Amino acid sequence: TPPSHPYPHHSAEGPAQSQMQVPSGYGLHHQNYMAPSGHYSQGPGKMTSLPLDTQCDNYYSGPYAAPTQNVVTPSTANQPGAQMYGRGPPAPHMMGSTPGSLHGAASSASHLHTSASQPYSSFVNHYNSPSMYSVTSSVASQGFPSTCAHYAMSTVSNAVYPNVSYPSLPAGDPYGQMFTSQNAPTVRPVKDSFSGQNTAVSHPSPLPPPPSQQHHQHQSLSGYNTLSWSAPGLPTQDSLIRNQMGSLPIVNNNTTNTVADSLSCPVMQNVQPPKSSSVTSTVLSGASTRMPPATKHAAEPVVSASQPLERIQHQGMQYGDYVNNQASSTPTPLSSTSDDEEEEEDEEAGVDSSSTTSSASPLPNSYDALEGGSYPDMHSSSASSPAPDRALEPNPAPAQALSPAPTPTAPQPAKVAKPFGYGYPTLQPGYQNVAAPLNSGAHPSGLSYSGFQQYPQHYPGVNQLSSSLGGLSLQSSPQPESLRPVNLTQERNILPTTPVWAPVPNLNLELNKLNCSPDSFRCTLTNIPQTQALLNKAKLPLGLLLHPFRDLTQLPVITSNTIVRCRSCRTYINPFVSFIDQRRWKCNLCYRVNDVPEEFMYNPLTRSYGEPHKRPEVQNSTVEFIASSDYMLRPPQPAVYLFVLDVSHNAVEAGYLTILCQSLLENLDKLPGDSRTRIGFMTFDSTIHFYNLQEGLSQPQMLIVSDIDGKPQTVLPSQETHSALGPALQAAFKLMSPTGGRVSVFQTQLPSLGSGLLQSREDPNQRSSIKVVQHLGPATDFYKKLALDCSGQQTAVDLFLLSSQYSDLASLACMSKFSAGCIFYYPSFHSTHSPSQAEKLQKDLRRYLTRKIGFEAVMRIRCTKGLSMHTFHGNFFVRSTDLLSLANINPDAGFAVQLSIEESLTDTSLVCFQTALLYTSSKGERRIRVHTLCLPVVSSLTDVYAGVDVQAAICLLANMAVDRSVSSSLSDARDALVNAVVDSLSAYGSTISNVQHSALIAPSSLKLFPLYVLALLKQKAFRTGTSTRLDDRVYAMCQIKTQPLVHLMKMIHPNLYRIDRLTDEGAIHVNDRVVPQPSLQKLSAEKLTREGAFLMDCGSVFYIWIGKGCDNNFIENVLGYPNFAAIPQKMTHLPELDTLSSERTRSFITWLRDGRPLSPVLHVVKDESPAKTEFFQHFIEDRTEAAFSYYEFLLHVQQQICK
Amino acid sequence: MEAMVFLLSLIDCCALIFLSVYFIITLSDLECDYINARSCCSKLNKWVIPELVGHTIVTVLMLVSLHWFIFLLNLPVATWNIYRFIMVPSGNMGVFDPTEIHNRGQLKSHMKEAMIKLGFYLLCFFMYLYSMILALIND
Repeated sequence: TPPSHPYPHHSAEGPAQSQMQVPSGYGLHHQNYMAPSGHYSQGPGKMTSLPLDTQCDNYYSGPYAAPTQNVVTPSTANQPGAQMYGRGPPAPHMMGSTPGSLHGAASSASHLHTSASQPYSSFVNHYNSPSMYSVTSSVASQGFPSTCAHYAMSTVSNAVYPNVSYPSLPAGDPYGQMFTSQNAPTVRPVKDSFSGQNTAVSHPSPLPPPPSQQHHQHQSLSGYNTLSWSAPGLPTQDSLIRNQMGSLPIVNNNTTNTVADSLSCPVMQNVQPPKSSSVTSTVLSGASTRMPPATKHAAEPVVSASQPLERIQHQGMQYGDYVNNQASSTPTPLSSTSDDEEEEEDEEAGVDSSSTTSSASPLPNSYDALEGGSYPDMHSSSASSPAPDRALEPNPAPAQALSPAPTPTAPQPAKVAKPFGYGYPTLQPGYQNVAAPLNSGAHPSGLSYSGFQQYPQHYPGVNQLSSSLGGLSLQSSPQPESLRPVNLTQERNILPTTPVWAPVPNLNLELNKLNCSPDSFRCTLTNIPQTQALLNKAKLPLGLLLHPFRDLTQLPVITSNTIVRCRSCRTYINPFVSFIDQRRWKCNLCYRVNDVPEEFMYNPLTRSYGEPHKRPEVQNSTVEFIASSDYMLRPPQPAVYLFVLDVSHNAVEAGYLTILCQSLLENLDKLPGDSRTRIGFMTFDSTIHFYNLQEGLSQPQMLIVSDIDGKPQTVLPSQETHSALGPALQAAFKLMSPTGGRVSVFQTQLPSLGSGLLQSREDPNQRSSIKVVQHLGPATDFYKKLALDCSGQQTAVDLFLLSSQYSDLASLACMSKFSAGCIFYYPSFHSTHSPSQAEKLQKDLRRYLTRKIGFEAVMRIRCTKGLSMHTFHGNFFVRSTDLLSLANINPDAGFAVQLSIEESLTDTSLVCFQTALLYTSSKGERRIRVHTLCLPVVSSLTDVYAGVDVQAAICLLANMAVDRSVSSSLSDARDALVNAVVDSLSAYGSTISNVQHSALIAPSSLKLFPLYVLALLKQKAFRTGTSTRLDDRVYAMCQIKTQPLVHLMKMIHPNLYRIDRLTDEGAIHVNDRVVPQPSLQKLSAEKLTREGAFLMDCGSVFYIWIGKGCDNNFIENVLGYPNFAAIPQKMTHLPELDTLSSERTRSFITWLRDGRPLSPVLHVVKDESPAKTEFFQHFIEDRTEAAFSYYEFLLHVQQQICK
Repeated sequence: MEAMVFLLSLIDCCALIFLSVYFIITLSDLECDYINARSCCSKLNKWVIPELVGHTIVTVLMLVSLHWFIFLLNLPVATWNIYRFIMVPSGNMGVFDPTEIHNRGQLKSHMKEAMIKLGFYLLCFFMYLYSMILALIND
C-alpha cells in the first residue's frame, strides 16, 4: 500500500503474529509525523493546520489556568462540549453527531470513574441534565488538582513529586487518546484526575445510543488494559473497531466543534488571572494531600499560587496570539491532509514558521483574541473550510499510515485501535473533521460560558478531592490486605485457588496505569524502603526481575531525530519525568533539569505543537526508539547464524541430526533476517568439517580440517567417538568474529579432544548425597575465555546439549553464560527411544529458530540516585558497572539485579528504574527498547512488608542461591534460603505489637514465602538426598538464572489442576474458545483422588495423572481409551475427540501452552506406572525421605525463630 | 650486611607500593567505566604473581635474617596473598575474574584490599628505611 510507509518490512519483524501490531503502531506514528509537514508546506503562508490549532489552544489554555501543566487544558475543552450538549442541538448537523460524542464521553467517564463513585455520578448528571456547568467544571477542576499538586510539589523541591501529578495526563493516554478521537479533549480531564485503573475492566458497556462508538471506546480501553496486563483478545476487536471507524467521522465532527469551542473558552479563562489562580491554589492544597507525605504540602499552596499567577498571565498572552494565528490559518490543513508523505524536515520547518508568526503578532492582540476576538476568525475559517471533504480525507491517511501490512483492504483503523489502545490514528481524523463544522453553531454559546466557568470549578473540585482522598486513605489504611497477619501453622490452605498476581505498587492510579507491566519489570519490594537500615531490618532481598525483550503485542515505536535523554545521567525521557514548564523537564533519576529539544515540542501523534508531555515517550513506560547512527559503533550487523554440529558416532546414534535438519528446512524461511542474512554449518567429531555453501554449487562442498595441525585432510569421518568441541568452537569464533551473530552448538558428549577437553567429574555414588555436592562450577576457564572473546566480537553461543551421559554442563554452560547465549538440555536424548524428548527438541527448535533476535546488544539499567546495583543474574557479560553486554538478546531471556540503598531516599517519594536495551534487529535496524518502572518509597517497616512481591523475591533468592552454591557450597545456599524465611518472618514478628510468640505469623503478602522456599529446597537445583544427576542440577541452576519470572515460578512451584470435572463456570473466552478455569490445588498428594484426573503444569512439562478409579467417561471422552487399563504407559498427546470434556481439556491445555516460549511436552501418567515418581516429586508439600513436609518446615522455621 | 638486607627490602617494598597504586588506579578506572572488565582483569591478573612473589621474598628475607618482628608483621599479608591465589576456582580466570568483578561488591572489596595493602607497604617502607639507616649508622 502506502509507499509512504517507511518501514514496510517491519511487519515481518517478529515471528509472532502479534508482532504485526507493533509495526502498525509504528507506522502510524511515522505517518502522523509526516502528515503535518504536508500542512505546513502547503499552507498559504500560515502553517498551522486546523487540527493543530485546536490542540494547541487547549494546550495553551491549560498553562494559564494551572501554571505548570496542560493538565488543565482538557478541562476547558470539556466545558464547551458539555455546553453544546446542554444547549441541545444547536446546529442541524450536530444532531446526529452530538449524541454520539456525548455518549462516548459519558460512557468513557463512567469507565473512568467506576472506582470513584462521585465523579461518576456527576458525569452522568452531566450527561442527562442540561445543568452541566457545575458538572463540567468539576471535571475541569479535576484537571487542576493534579497540576497543582505538581506545582506544590515542585516548590517543595521534591523532585519526583511533580511526576506524580503530571503523569496523570499521560496516564490517560491510551484511553485519553481514544476519547480524544471522539470527544476531543473533553474526556481527558476526567481521566486525568481520576484515571480509574479498572476503567477498562469495569466498563459497564452502558449508554445506549451510538453503539458503535461505545464499542469502539470500550474496545480500545480493554485493548489497552489487556495489553499491559494480559494477553489481549485482539482478533475479535478487529472487526468491531473497524465498524466504529466508519462511524467515526461523524462523531468527529462533533468533537471538532467542541474543540473549536474550547479554543475560545480556555482563552477566556486565562484572562482572569487572579481568580483562577486562587482557585487553583485551593485545589492545589487538596491535591497535594493526595501524595503520601501530605503534611509537607499543606503549606505549599500559597507559595505555588503566586507563581501560577504570573505564569498564567504571561503564558496567556503568548498563546493568545498563537490562537489567533491558527484561527486564521485554519483552511490550510485541508489541502495538506492529502499528502502525508512529506519528509520530517518539512514538518520541522512548519513548526518554526508557526512560532514565528505567533511571535509576530503583538501581545495586546493576543489579549483581544483571548477575549473573544479570535472567534470571528475561527468562525470564518471554519466556515470556509469545507468540512465534509475533510472528514473523508483524513481518514484514509492515518489508516495508511497505520497499516504496515501488505493487505490494502485490511481494516487499518481496526489495527490502529488495537495496537495500542492508543487512539492516535482515530484521533487524527477526528481532529481534522472537527475544526470546521461545529464552530458555527457552538461558538457563541461557548463564549458566554467561558466567563464563569471557573467559579463552579472549585466546588466540585473540592468534592473530587475528598473522593480522591478517600481513595488514598483506602490505600494507606492501617491494614491493607497485604498486611493481614496470617497464622501460617493454622492456615491449612495457604495457596490461593487462583494464580498469584504481581502486587500493584501503592501509587496513585495514574502512575500505576503508566507503570511498566510487571511481566517485563518487577521489583521484589513494591514499596522501596527509605534507607539501607530499614531494608536490613526487613530482611528481605531487594532487586529487580527483568524480562526486557519479551514478545510484546503492543509496543510504541518511535522514530525521531533526537532521542531525548537526560544530559547528565543519560536517562531516556519517560512518563515519570516532570515538566517544569514547556521547555524544560526534570530527570527523575538524577534530578537534573534538561531542555526539551525543539523537535520534541511537536507531537507527531496529535500533530500538535507544544505538548511535549503528550509524546508517546512520555505516555508509555515501554517504548522502542529507532536509534540513529549515534548509537552505532559500526554499521548494523547482518543476521548471521552458524550451526556447529556434533557428528561423532554418539551423535549420529542419538539421531538429533534428522530432527534438526527437518526443523531447519521447515523454518528456514522464518529465520529472522533480511537479504544480508547468512547461514553456515560446521560439523565436528575428532576433526572439524567446513561446508562450502556458495551459490552455484549443486552440492555443498565439505572441507575437513583435523583439529591438531589445522591442515585440510581428506579423511572420511568414520566411527569416530571423540569430540573436538573446543577447537570447533575456536574455529566458529574465528568465522564469526568479522560480523558477530549467533552460534548454535549441538553437543552430545563430553569434549575429549583438543583444547577445552573435559574429564568426567561426577561420582554417581554422590548423586543423592546430603553432604557435599561438588563440581557445580566449571572445571576450566577455557569456555569462559572463549565466551568472553565471542562476546567481544558480538557473537553469542547457544548450547544444545543432548547427551545421555555426564557431559559436564557446568563447564560447557560457560560458553553460553558469558556470551549471552541460551542453554537447552535434553538428558538421555534419543530420537526413537525417547519420543517425548525428540518432540520437545522439535518444538524448542521451532521456537528457537523463528523467535525474534537482537544482535550486538547492550543493556543498561539505571536507577534513581541513591540506589545502586551490585549483582546481576542472567546470561551476559557485565562490561562495566551497569552495562550488560549481550551479544544476542532473545525474547525468552530473563535477568535479575540485586540492589542496595547507598544513600537515604528521604528526600524523594518515588524511585524509578529504567532499563534500556540497545540492539540491532534482524533487519539491521538499531533500536532501543526502554522500560521504566516507578515505585514509591516508604519509611516504615510495615509498609515495606505490605509491598512485598513474594514471587519476585523468591526468584531473586533462587538466583542468589545459585550463586552461593557455586561460589560456596550447596548446603550454604540451602541454609541461606531457610534463613531468608526465618529472618524475614521473625523480623515481621517483631513489628506486630500483639505478638503470640507461639504462632508463626506472616503478613498476607508473605504468606506464600515459606511454601515457595520449601519448593526451592525441593527443586532439582537445590535438593539433597534425592538422587540428582549433576548435569540435571546444573541445568536447573542455569534455568533459574535465565528464565523470566513467569516461567521460573512454574518451575519452582508447579500448578496443579483437577481436570476430570472441568466446567464452564468462571471460564474465560479466548479467541472464541471457552477456556475453563479450574482452581489451583495445593501440591500435596492428599489432593489427589483415585477418582480424578489431574494436570500439573511444571512450566516446561505437563503431567496428566490419571487415577485408578478415574471415571471411564473421562478416559473415553478425553483420552480416547475405553478404560484405565487400556491407557498406554507412554502417551504424550490428547486425541482430538468431539466431546465436550475433550474440548474443554484441550482448550485449557492449549491456553496454558500459549504464551509460553517453549511448548511444554505433555505426559500422561497412569497411577502406578513407573513414571509416577517423576510426577510425585513435584508434590512439595508432602514429606519425602530426605525433606520436610510443608508443615514440618513451618515448625522448623518456628523453632529457628524462637531460638 | 644488615643494611643490604634492608636496602633490598626497601627496593622490593617500593615496587610493591607502585604495584598497589597501579592496582588502585586500574580498579578505579574500572569503577569509572574508563576500561572494561575484561581488560582490567587481564591487566591485574598479570601482576598478581609478581606481587605475591615480591612480598614472599621480603618475608622470607626477614625470616632468614632473623628479624622476627618484621617477619611476623609480614606473615599475615603473605599468607593472605597465597591463600587468595590458591583459592581461585578452577573456572575463574585468575584472582580478578571479569565475569564476577562487578558482582557482590567484589570490585569494592578488591579496592579495599588494594588500599589496605598500600597502607601496609607504606608502613613497611618507612620501617625498612628506618632499619636501614639504623643499620648503616651501626655499621
